[in-house]
Amino acid sequence: MIEVENVSFSYPNNIEALKDASLLINDGEFVAIMGQNGAGKTTLVKHFNGLLKPSKGIVRIDHVETTKTSVAALAKDSGFVFQNPDHQLFSETVEEEIAFALKNFGFEKDIIEKRITWSLNLLGLSQYRKTSPFLLSGGERKRVALASVLAWNPKTLILDEPTIGQDHRQKENLRQFIIQMQTQKKTVVIVTHDVEFVAECNPRVLLMKDGTIVADGEGKEILTNPELLNQSSIVLPQIAKIFHSLSSYGLPKNVIDLYEAKNILLKVLEERK
Amino acid sequence: MSVFDGLKFRKVYSPIHNLDPRMKFVYVCVVFVVAILFNQLLVLLALFLMPIPFVLVAGVQKEWLRSLRGAAFLATFIFIVNIASNYFTSGYVLAIIDVESAIAMTLRFVVLVASFSVFFLTTSPDHLGLALEQIHIPYEFAFAFTTAVRFVPVLAEEAQTIMDAQKARGLELEKGGFLKRIRNYIPILIPLIVSAIRRSLELAEAMESRAWGATKNRTNLYELRLHRGDFILLAISLLVLTVAIYLRLYVSVPMISQIMF
Repeated sequence: MIEVENVSFSYPNNIEALKDASLLINDGEFVAIMGQNGAGKTTLVKHFNGLLKPSKGIVRIDHVETTKTSVAALAKDSGFVFQNPDHQLFSETVEEEIAFALKNFGFEKDIIEKRITWSLNLLGLSQYRKTSPFLLSGGERKRVALASVLAWNPKTLILDEPTIGQDHRQKENLRQFIIQMQTQKKTVVIVTHDVEFVAECNPRVLLMKDGTIVADGEGKEILTNPELLNQSSIVLPQIAKIFHSLSSYGLPKNVIDLYEAKNILLKVLEERK
Repeated sequence: MSVFDGLKFRKVYSPIHNLDPRMKFVYVCVVFVVAILFNQLLVLLALFLMPIPFVLVAGVQKEWLRSLRGAAFLATFIFIVNIASNYFTSGYVLAIIDVESAIAMTLRFVVLVASFSVFFLTTSPDHLGLALEQIHIPYEFAFAFTTAVRFVPVLAEEAQTIMDAQKARGLELEKGGFLKRIRNYIPILIPLIVSAIRRSLELAEAMESRAWGATKNRTNLYELRLHRGDFILLAISLLVLTVAIYLRLYVSVPMISQIMF
């Protein structure tokens, strides 16, 4: 459980990146944090594993205040995958890359072996086990970074801009993967401005602007509210756009799901017959 | 990273920012030479006070103080080494004069940091590049230099991100003995170097696609011209240098402790 109570945070250059933010993320939730560049999304999630400590207010992870423990201790439960995989890859082989964190956390040798195999399988990287991560493509490097965090099986998974540089199929794989994490009761937090991806996943959405949380609720409600999205320089997802422009025909406005959209349209078409 | 902060240029305008970088550089060099010529505390104190009016006029007090604070560690180190070597070479006694000379040595370092910091704080990398070009340094070298200066803060920021990414994977930089701690930095240095190389290759490609080196005679949008203020600064610099050389050759500057006791 992640509890954020009236948290403000200023960087050393006195830029206040978070202003009195409060939220609660329960175990097993899937949350997307959205907002334009510089809205404070990454600053907020960096509080979830103690990389940043609040200037004001309290952050508690499973009832433990982040100021009273180390990043290494928090990281074991909150796996954080950074936006750019090149900021963390450094080993000679993919295998060693994944073993790095496991060794840091002091796992036994045979468990490390098992975890490497497991995480590589999960992300379809088994054939690259002995390859240098620097020889892989951008999308593959991103998956190696994800595998290297997944390997220690953290309770919470924080993904910073996971869809950047991924083609459509990889995004779909990522979505399937998140669903799989959900069935294992894991908390998943993603930071993104990929509105179509969020619309497809339909998680709880947190909208941020200038360091404050301006909206918090169901994706279906927030992503179909043009005034709210406009504030954060986000456009409506395509399906919501279509339904907005068709609203004069008596269609509902709050639709983002492809399946739901299809059913509504089919019904209308059948009534016409 | 606080030392780097003291070298980071911020775009503001003041009479000092508008001075010609070449003249400012002459001034900094004069301070440098004078600081090396003398080891008397009195002179070094005067040298230390010299950049203060510039700092105040330019309005960069905060950044300037930060760079001094960044130098504090090394300054303390210099002071301790000097005191220790004076103590051991003079047969395990410490005279006031030894303390004074240790302070002077430390101050010499501080003076250098202080004046170079003013120079970098008030000179934009662009102006610096122009200055290098106009003193007929080949453009390739001038460009390489300004790019290096410009990318220092970018690299510092990137190092911070990499550190965060590795800490999130359970890396504890402060853990272990001396050798282990050095090894702890491998996961930080490799991504940093790799991405710097990658960035430089990308930069080279981007520049070549914008016709870098297409003609021999590049033109410039801006040109540096000397104004009245620049000549005044040059005059001040030369005056300081002349007085300093005169003092060094014909006057023996006393130590403060000699005057007082």
